[in-house]
Amino acid sequence: MTEPALQIDRLEVDFPTKDGVVHAVRGVDFTLAAGEVLGIVGESGSGKSVTALASMGLLPKSAQVRGSIRFQGREILGLKEKQLTKVRGTGIAMIFQDPMTSLNPVYTIGWQIAEAILAHQDISKNAAKQRAIELLAKVGIPNPAERVDNYPHEFSGGMRQRAVIAIAMANDPEVILADEPTTALDVTVQAQVLDSLRTALTETGAALLLITHDLGVIAGIADRVLVMYAGRAVETGTAEDVFYRPSMPYTLGLLGSLPRLDSDGSERLRQIPGSPPSMLGDRTGCPFVPRCPLAAEICTTTEPELVVVPSVTSEEGGHRAACHFAEAVGRGDHGGVFTDGVVDNVVA
Amino acid sequence: MPEPVAQENFVIQTPERVAAVEAGAHTLAGVGAGLELSAGDAHGLSGEAKSQSRIVLGRFFHQRLAMIGLGIFALLGIASIVVGHFWQYSYTSITNNLNDPPSWANPFGTNAIGNDMFAQVMAGVEKDIEIALTVAAMATLIGVTIGAIAGFYRGWVDSLLMRFVDLVLVLPVLAVLILLSAKLSKESDNWLGLAFIIGLLSWTYVARLVRADFLSLRERDFVEASRALGATNRRIIVKHMLPNAVGPIIVNATLTVALSIIFESTLSFLGLGVQPPNVSLGLLVDQGQDSATTEWWLFVFPVVFLIVLILSIFLVGDGLREAFDPKKSRVRA
Repeated sequence: MTEPALQIDRLEVDFPTKDGVVHAVRGVDFTLAAGEVLGIVGESGSGKSVTALASMGLLPKSAQVRGSIRFQGREILGLKEKQLTKVRGTGIAMIFQDPMTSLNPVYTIGWQIAEAILAHQDISKNAAKQRAIELLAKVGIPNPAERVDNYPHEFSGGMRQRAVIAIAMANDPEVILADEPTTALDVTVQAQVLDSLRTALTETGAALLLITHDLGVIAGIADRVLVMYAGRAVETGTAEDVFYRPSMPYTLGLLGSLPRLDSDGSERLRQIPGSPPSMLGDRTGCPFVPRCPLAAEICTTTEPELVVVPSVTSEEGGHRAACHFAEAVGRGDHGGVFTDGVVDNVVA
Repeated sequence: MPEPVAQENFVIQTPERVAAVEAGAHTLAGVGAGLELSAGDAHGLSGEAKSQSRIVLGRFFHQRLAMIGLGIFALLGIASIVVGHFWQYSYTSITNNLNDPPSWANPFGTNAIGNDMFAQVMAGVEKDIEIALTVAAMATLIGVTIGAIAGFYRGWVDSLLMRFVDLVLVLPVLAVLILLSAKLSKESDNWLGLAFIIGLLSWTYVARLVRADFLSLRERDFVEASRALGATNRRIIVKHMLPNAVGPIIVNATLTVALSIIFESTLSFLGLGVQPPNVSLGLLVDQGQDSATTEWWLFVFPVVFLIVLILSIFLVGDGLREAFDPKKSRVRA
């Protein structure tokens, strides 16, 4: 087996603050094989973005990072800034959430793509511009030869995000990290951007780490899914496993809160009551307890580990969940929490 | 951004779009691209795309006062050079007319030793502009460098540099200028040294301005994005952040030009600035003040030129500030 594109082991990220230490990421492991698409799902504050930023060494200096992040077998953590700049862009590229702000307003789109190329490759400005036009064409910008001289404010939101994808493709990276690439866009444009993203993957052969809280986006593009809650992975497996055999109440809640096309429209959207826990200080037990309808005595005392649970695909051991009742939840033996309107009663 | 031509999207059927649709681009992306293509073309019809610098220049050239200021400044600059080369007298030449009032031969009159005042005043203007531009270039270079580094790196680098700025700021400028220029005044061709001293004392304001701008710029997403692309710190500072801060820098550089002329005049008036046989407007005012009531032309012409020169630069500075102000109603981008 070849070296995984990105391998993260026991990643922990702490931010010391005035009020105490914030444990943003508390031990996350995952492997991103070459060419694979891994979706990370979770609420705001669950540590998704911090995990991504850590893999590029982009966290603020105050962050304390432990564990291991290896890019093609090479440890990223502890690398000098100078070595990191060589990895960034060529090895790992990143797509940010808001294309309105992630493009420099004073330069043309073409200049910015060319700049990304020229930062790593020693080619002429003309060649870089030609390449910029090619890249724009690939991500589906019409009239690329003309649009290359436009400024970001002359592009629509979707086109800007595609330009950002073109920039990410510029140096043929092995891994693309996309941090909520569709969140700032409206739904019709999201599909186009995801198409461009797929093009980017086929063109560069890169692996994609897609961070989002939109399960629909994940379902459409991801091979595997990692559900994060309170800085930990609470369920991981193939997209089929997570969607068809969710084995952790939180995943169940996320799935239950999606609007369904096959409902008659009279049902209310189900919500997960409460809000994510504060990451400040230490805790015992499962962080989902206050919001979990299945919480029992053991949940408040012991935080469950990720354990292998049955998978709907043949790959054994690929589906893991962190819940004391994972087996039962996976079998659908959960009293209909988050699916049969029980939530309303819980809130009441 | 609102598209003023939105309804045209559905009217204009460009050949490319028709072709794209006919080619069977029936996926969501394909149709979307077709729509946006027509939007782009409609946009093209509505006017040529304008770059930021062209927008700013356009706004600048539309302000009458600023244009008057720029005209006067350019006129004075060119005139001083032309007069220096082609006028029948140089500022050092001595005529036989002593203390003559303005006449056709000596439009601004002559002084007690027979210097032609027109040549002297124009030479003063030239020297003042030379000094002021040197000072502005120096102050901007130092100020931008220190401000950018402090604002970008923050932390102890910032503290150290900003305390140094405070230190320079609390120096009583006039006292320092007097102290330092006393040494220089012994040399005859001292104007460059003088410009350097003024420059070394006037960069602090630019530094604070640029630092403040960089503190907010460094948090912008595009800075993070360029770092994620593997741009080095230097590349981020110079290529990505500086162009975003260029407005205040240019405005401030212009004002520094005006302020340094005032500084230089003050020093020369106190006899510590430009030394004879070099002339500056401040020096001429100093020499002419005794005879302000009797030989008025020795005093009035340098004073008027000094005031007009400084005013014209302030007008340009004001115009630039207006032009760079994003809150002003703007030419549509």
